[in-house]
Amino acid sequence: MDAVLETRSLCKSFGALTVAQNIDFRLRPGERHALIGPNGAGKTTFVNMLMGALRPSSGRILLGGDDVTRAPQAQRVKRGLGRTFQINSLFRNLPVLDNVALAVAERRRIALRMWRAAGSYKEIIEESTQLLATLGLAGDLTTPIVDLPYGKQRLVEIAIALGLRPRVLLLDEPAAGVPSAEAERILQLLEKLPPEIAILIIEHDMDLVFRFARRITVLVQGEVLLEGTPQEVARDRRVHDVYLGEQHHG
Amino acid sequence: MMHGGGYTVDARIRWPEWLPWIAALAGFFLLPEYLSLGARILIYILFALSLDLILGYAGIITLGHSAFFGLGAYVAGIVSAKLGITDAFVQMAAAAAAAGLLGALTGAVILRTRALTLLMLTLAITSIILEIANKATWLTGGADGLSGVVVAPILGAFRFDLFGRTAFLYCLAVLFLGWLLARRLIYSPFGAMLTGIRENTQRMHAIGAPVYWRLVGVYTLSAVMAGVAGALLTQTNQFVGLNVLGFEPSGELLVMLILGGVGRLYGAFIGPVAYLIAQDLLAKQFPEYWYLGIGLLLVAVVLFARGGILGLIDKWMPFSKPAASAKASAR
Amino acid sequence: MILYVISVGLSVTMGLMGFINLAHGVFAMAGGYVFATALGRFGVPFPLALVLAFVSVALASVVLERLLYSRLYGAGELAQVLFTIGLIFVAAAVARMIYGTLAPPVFLPEYMKGEVDIAGRGFPTYRVFLIVFSAALIAALWFGVERTRWGAMVRAAVDNRGMAQSVGIDTRQLFTLTFALGSGLAGLGGALGADIIPVQWSYPFEHLVYFLIVVAVGGLGSLRGPFVAALLIGIADTACKYWIPELGAFLIYAATIAILLWRPQGLFGARA
Repeated sequence: MDAVLETRSLCKSFGALTVAQNIDFRLRPGERHALIGPNGAGKTTFVNMLMGALRPSSGRILLGGDDVTRAPQAQRVKRGLGRTFQINSLFRNLPVLDNVALAVAERRRIALRMWRAAGSYKEIIEESTQLLATLGLAGDLTTPIVDLPYGKQRLVEIAIALGLRPRVLLLDEPAAGVPSAEAERILQLLEKLPPEIAILIIEHDMDLVFRFARRITVLVQGEVLLEGTPQEVARDRRVHDVYLGEQHHG
Repeated sequence: MMHGGGYTVDARIRWPEWLPWIAALAGFFLLPEYLSLGARILIYILFALSLDLILGYAGIITLGHSAFFGLGAYVAGIVSAKLGITDAFVQMAAAAAAAGLLGALTGAVILRTRALTLLMLTLAITSIILEIANKATWLTGGADGLSGVVVAPILGAFRFDLFGRTAFLYCLAVLFLGWLLARRLIYSPFGAMLTGIRENTQRMHAIGAPVYWRLVGVYTLSAVMAGVAGALLTQTNQFVGLNVLGFEPSGELLVMLILGGVGRLYGAFIGPVAYLIAQDLLAKQFPEYWYLGIGLLLVAVVLFARGGILGLIDKWMPFSKPAASAKASAR
Repeated sequence: MILYVISVGLSVTMGLMGFINLAHGVFAMAGGYVFATALGRFGVPFPLALVLAFVSVALASVVLERLLYSRLYGAGELAQVLFTIGLIFVAAAVARMIYGTLAPPVFLPEYMKGEVDIAGRGFPTYRVFLIVFSAALIAALWFGVERTRWGAMVRAAVDNRGMAQSVGIDTRQLFTLTFALGSGLAGLGGALGADIIPVQWSYPFEHLVYFLIVVAVGGLGSLRGPFVAALLIGIADTACKYWIPELGAFLIYAATIAILLWRPQGLFGARA
């Protein structure tokens, strides 16, 4: 089957520092794919390049078969790409509902309407409310993010991305900094996501990765060390050496 | 009272929001000798409102907003004094169009930059326009100012009288429309989106908003509004001077808005009222103390009361507090 | 040259501390006043008056920095802009209360008044002195930043504040000192220029745009940048006003915009 997201020999360097080297990567529709690697391997840089937040030094990025290497973020999002951030990147002073509604409004192309009150767009509010309810946040709609516990903020981070109804979802350590009980809850929610969404997840927690992902790519110093099924990755000697030996980072 | 807009906010007009208009009409009947000051205040409120749109809601910091105000003022004056077109609405439309065009062009160029560079660029642009107005004497009158501005009776019926009654009501009517538009905008999805940009630009990019174009858009709108305010100034004074351009009017406007409260809609009302009345009372007799006072006040507001006058009112009267909004407005 | 001496101070504070200090002209004005008063009213000898201008402004700035500026290091740009505009207002008002609206006359000593003969042409002694003095100052600063321990610490702190702190540099003290130096330089510049650019209460407003242009064009946190920019702008401005006076300052602003769009971080600025 064709890849929904693909990179061909993607490279990025900052001066003398190379953070991505000839990354060839394919994500198939509906796939559950994990990107792992030690700290500083270039995982978040890779996501930033996929999104268009960073411009690669060379190589190509294809989204749904089209070259988007030079396309701005907004265009990629319109073509079905969504992401979450490793470090919360929310509208901190706005209520939870607005955080999601802003994304829904962008997707439904009403963000430029200037006349009717935002609160009168019932379809936006209903969709956002339902989405938040599926993540167990129905009781926090009007709470500003700053007053929300951290674990729930991580869920809003995911909710915003889901508000875009992406075909491809890039999750940058969705459970970063969350105690394990709550991480478990986040994983359960991720497992319930619609199967047609292709998901690329960056994660340090190996239990979570091996339960969730069907394919795993191991990135070391900007290079793909190995790609395979969880079993293949778990068996690989090199992965043990460079990565599993220091997995207690995340 | 905060006016943050968004999807959880009730956008209906609440009763205190009618107070400024009642006060303005009361002033019209009770203080006929202060109508010219009144008109000036109304004009500056419109100007401050335009700044609040980009500063308070979209988070664009500028030291050059007078470029649009001044351009509007000069275009309206030139249309009247040099082209002989006396219709008030044509003058205003020309001013709005010119300011909007300048806003779109300069916005498209400068809004790619940030922080100090952006600040400098806005300042340089208003300085350039000041320099043009100063040197193009044949068109603008240069340092002597542009006189001979004629405005025909509005709608063919209301003549600009010596006491400034027509001028006051005319400004009030235009401001009312401007307020209505600004208020709609702030509570609309567009307004919510602008707040999103101010709160977290990175995330707005990630949810697919072409942030740069949105900023250019609101910058242009704001420029149009400032241009209209400039046209009003020309029409009520029937004169344009160089003091509408450059750093000083921009800085003064910024001060007014900050004193009133940024990102709160009505900060743009309270600020100019307080500033201009105080200036009228103090500045002529005690110019030193006036500057001293304004300076100290500004330092105090920055250090202790980021929300301005409205922020203090919110703090002391903890009723009617919407769940969230302009906390970050003074960033 | 004067523009440079004033602006380099600003570049130091803005670039090093990341603080948008619009009130920099205040320090220049203060230096000018101190200088003129010392010369005129108290008959202080010329070199001593210069030193006085530098030291008193530097000391005053330390007080301001400790009391006020330091509270706003982490604050947003808007807060810093407004705060320093407020300072300008206060300073202008105070200056006007003390000195009135007219610039105090500057009594230069006799040996600075005549002309010197260079290559067959007469040049005003004072201007020659200014150029020589500024050049010496530049050399000293250059040496200070490039060769001394203090310079190394400053540059380290500019590059990476956290790192500098963790290797035991007291950045807070360093900042205070640097701020004092920057302000002192402004005071010195104001004093040196007092004869050419009249020191009035509106001084910080009138020249604000120029200082800012020099810093923005030159690039933050660089000594070479503002030097080149001040030179460029000084020459261009004079040339412009000489040959095509009808354009006035227009070209300067246009050039500023062009340069900033071409290199938003300035000619010599560190990459943002």
